[in-house]
Amino acid sequence: MRVAIVVFPGSNCDRDIFEAIKSISKKVPEFIWHKETNIKNFDLIVIPGGFTFGDYLRCGALASNSPIIKSIKDHASRGGAILGICNGFQILTETKLLPGTLIRNNVLKFLCHDVKIIVQDTLPSPFTWGFKPSTKLNVPIAHNEGNYYINDNELKKLIFNGQIAFKYEENFNPNGSVENIAGVLSENGRILGMMPHPERSVFTHHNSLDGRLFFKKLIEQLLSL
Amino acid sequence: MTKENINSKCTLNQAMEMGLTEEEFKLICKRIGKTPNLTETGICSAMFSEHCSYKSSKKWLKTLPTSGNHVIQGPGENAGIIDIGDNQAIVFKIESHNHPSFIDPYQGAATGVGGILRDVFTMGARPIALMNVLRFGETGNALTNHLLSGVVKGIGGYGNCIGIPTIGGETNFNQSYNSNILVNAMAIGLVNKNKIFYSAASGVGNPVIYVGAKTGRDGIHGATMASTEFSDNTESQKPTVQVGDPFTGKLLLEACLELMKTDLILSIQDMGAAGLTSSSIEMASKGNVGIEIDLNEIPLREKNMSSYEIMLSESQERMLMILKKGAEEDAKKIFKKWDLDFAVIGKIISEKKIVLKKENKTVCNLPLDFLVNDAPELNREYEIKISNVNLDNKNIIRDKSIKTIVYEIIGNENFASKKWIYEQYDSSVMGDTISIGNKSDASIVKIHNSEKDQFQGKAVAVSTDCNSKYIFNNPIEGGKITVAEAARNLIVSGAKPLAITNNLNFGNPEKKEIMGQIVGSIKGIKDACEQLNTPVVSGNVSLYNETNGKSILPTPVIGMVGVIDDIEKVIFMNAKNNETLYIIGQDKNKYDGFLQSSFYQEIFCDDFLGQVPQINLKKEKNLHDFIMKLNDNKIINSAHDISDGGLLPCVIEMLLLNKLGININLPPRIKNPNKENLLFLHGWLFGEDQSRIIISTNKPNKLIEFSKSENIKIYCIGKTNNTGVVEIPKYDSICINKCLDLYNNTIPNLFS
Repeated sequence: MRVAIVVFPGSNCDRDIFEAIKSISKKVPEFIWHKETNIKNFDLIVIPGGFTFGDYLRCGALASNSPIIKSIKDHASRGGAILGICNGFQILTETKLLPGTLIRNNVLKFLCHDVKIIVQDTLPSPFTWGFKPSTKLNVPIAHNEGNYYINDNELKKLIFNGQIAFKYEENFNPNGSVENIAGVLSENGRILGMMPHPERSVFTHHNSLDGRLFFKKLIEQLLSL
Repeated sequence: MTKENINSKCTLNQAMEMGLTEEEFKLICKRIGKTPNLTETGICSAMFSEHCSYKSSKKWLKTLPTSGNHVIQGPGENAGIIDIGDNQAIVFKIESHNHPSFIDPYQGAATGVGGILRDVFTMGARPIALMNVLRFGETGNALTNHLLSGVVKGIGGYGNCIGIPTIGGETNFNQSYNSNILVNAMAIGLVNKNKIFYSAASGVGNPVIYVGAKTGRDGIHGATMASTEFSDNTESQKPTVQVGDPFTGKLLLEACLELMKTDLILSIQDMGAAGLTSSSIEMASKGNVGIEIDLNEIPLREKNMSSYEIMLSESQERMLMILKKGAEEDAKKIFKKWDLDFAVIGKIISEKKIVLKKENKTVCNLPLDFLVNDAPELNREYEIKISNVNLDNKNIIRDKSIKTIVYEIIGNENFASKKWIYEQYDSSVMGDTISIGNKSDASIVKIHNSEKDQFQGKAVAVSTDCNSKYIFNNPIEGGKITVAEAARNLIVSGAKPLAITNNLNFGNPEKKEIMGQIVGSIKGIKDACEQLNTPVVSGNVSLYNETNGKSILPTPVIGMVGVIDDIEKVIFMNAKNNETLYIIGQDKNKYDGFLQSSFYQEIFCDDFLGQVPQINLKKEKNLHDFIMKLNDNKIINSAHDISDGGLLPCVIEMLLLNKLGININLPPRIKNPNKENLLFLHGWLFGEDQSRIIISTNKPNKLIEFSKSENIKIYCIGKTNNTGVVEIPKYDSICINKCLDLYNNTIPNLFS
């Protein structure tokens, strides 16, 4: 299995994802610099968290114009799997590979703490197949712009298609996102964007091992194809 | 000062405007054999400033213990370095950004974080954790809210973006900081012992390289600003506050670490206080060489900058390096990849001078030895004032129920959880964080990839402390207690204390009682560091924290670093149900306690003047060794040090997370309520006697056995239960849910 981790200037969770996937898959992921234009034959592309280009413009907006984006879009059009975490999720909405947008947390503060996310009943997807709907996963968040917004019509479509992958617990939504959304899938289920950081609950010194389970199920599914 | 005439001589008035005294200016003219021009005077003024020269404190700093078997680098470099075995070392330092943070809280705090990170990675280390120690004025006033919110956003703004976890620190409030807040940032980095980089320049003819962000007019003469008192027109100093760019900081970090993997760099230093001036002068003088810089080659952000402005700018995210001859092109490629400026700006020369050229003219020519070695070392007058107030507990104790007292202590802003603050920092990025906030007394990060087979890995533990009340009442004993408490916090987290960095924040040293606080606390710190074998490897001094003649409380902050050789040994603070709580270091016949200078006195008497609790450093060290032994023998389930608030509030802190209860076992002497016993009980429950640690265990028999063989006093507090009620038999009962509510919501209620 080949996993690419895309590195932009300002990415800062690239090493964390690398360690998580390496430890679970026993395979070494490859770091791909954002100026690369020709990447092929990856089973999974991960866009890690961070502050690409300082997020001085809208989060993810500058990264979505990097040279590598075309390759990522090609990979998507071939039905390739893509995982965007935190700033990676923001980049995926900026490139329109995922619907909706991420705006400032409604509390107007950066927030870093553990949350529980609930797996939804989704369309077939390698990211959710291994979990029974309603399973709760304990993973941390760390973001300032995680407030997922989408208009009513598109939201109806998301719900109808089963594109909502994860929700925060009712009453524990940290950022004010629509419908408590924490992660969404593309229409074909092959692209996931999520605000929480599963790579931070992978090792025994972490607060939980639920992220490990998430990656384990994902890798099993990708390998079975 | 933008118009430049290199031939114009500086007048005494101009020199004094730049912060020099008449005496200093005369000395400069005499030593360099000429009247300096404006640029030269500006350089001298920056080098002679308190911030760069440590002129008031140098004499006393020299007395601190700085060496030890595990010390690789003590004070004098960008940061201190200690050996943690396995060919690895920890680089760390604390630094203040107090004055700028008061003027512009966001940028002041952000650049404080950026600056301390550069001090660490310039030595070849990847930063692995950030801590910060904050002091604000009284709560419930608009200025404190504004400053706190700006500082917290600034710390997060830099640390979160650059992707280094902020894992802990301290935040306290006291009206003495109303007009002089403290923002001390500490960074911890990990380096391979064979790949440490130093700042001493070498090799005549070698190229001097400037990398990072461009130079602008921000922060000009920041070092001088940090060396004077504030007055009412502080607002007008805004132009001297630097502006941080964490994104460029991140690029610079990655580019430097990438270049450091090669062998092209001979020496490297970050441009911190006094910018290009102090970095170039320090590098050259440490290497016993001279330096020549062509100011036309400096990447500039603004037009028409004078030599003076270029040399004194404190623009952020810049580094100075000496490369091997011929290595320029290879190095440049790396910086180009990261879109950073890279400029060859000069060369190393043999004559020990700093020579600056602009448009082919020499604009500055100063001897280095003079700038570094002849910077004044003052022998300021001092008086170590020890409080002459000596109160009986009768005078301190208030007629309130135990429950009321507990709730007031736990709901006090200086005791309550700072979760609302630290949740605004990314504490888990890098994936190595083990403990933050109140999970244990020290903050802990794992050494990345240190695990092997069945071995789970090593970790670094850090604690920051300062008890200003104690130091105000008795600088020497207070200094000792501050170090002892930092060490205790590491011990109860399972770590072995190794070394400290200190940040000495005081008022105006020209006043002899302030100078007495400095001298006294350094004496105390020295004694404690010697006894506990934790040498001082780096530090920073911030003086003149005064406004209109009113000084802050003395605040010599200690940042202590320790190592946990196996993360299985990490100890957390929270007890579980059905565990027995013991106080290690407490005599079972004790039925009273020391309430002077305590949290209790401060809250209920609106005053804290008095004597400070006794500390016996030998006893303290024995206690630490004993706890380590218990931990090695797996007797400790959880542990917490008894400090602010005394025994009962500290026991309650251990019960909060799991909402437990306990029946407190009172000493026989005070079991029955009467007026006299009540007096003793308050002392026993809330006194702040030193050298005590609470542990929870499931192996009380083994503990008792060990305590006998090691001759350590222990006292059984009782067994935890799941009632959620802390029972003080026959006196009162306390509701844990109510405590938890006060503990968690006090700070949000004040600042949301």
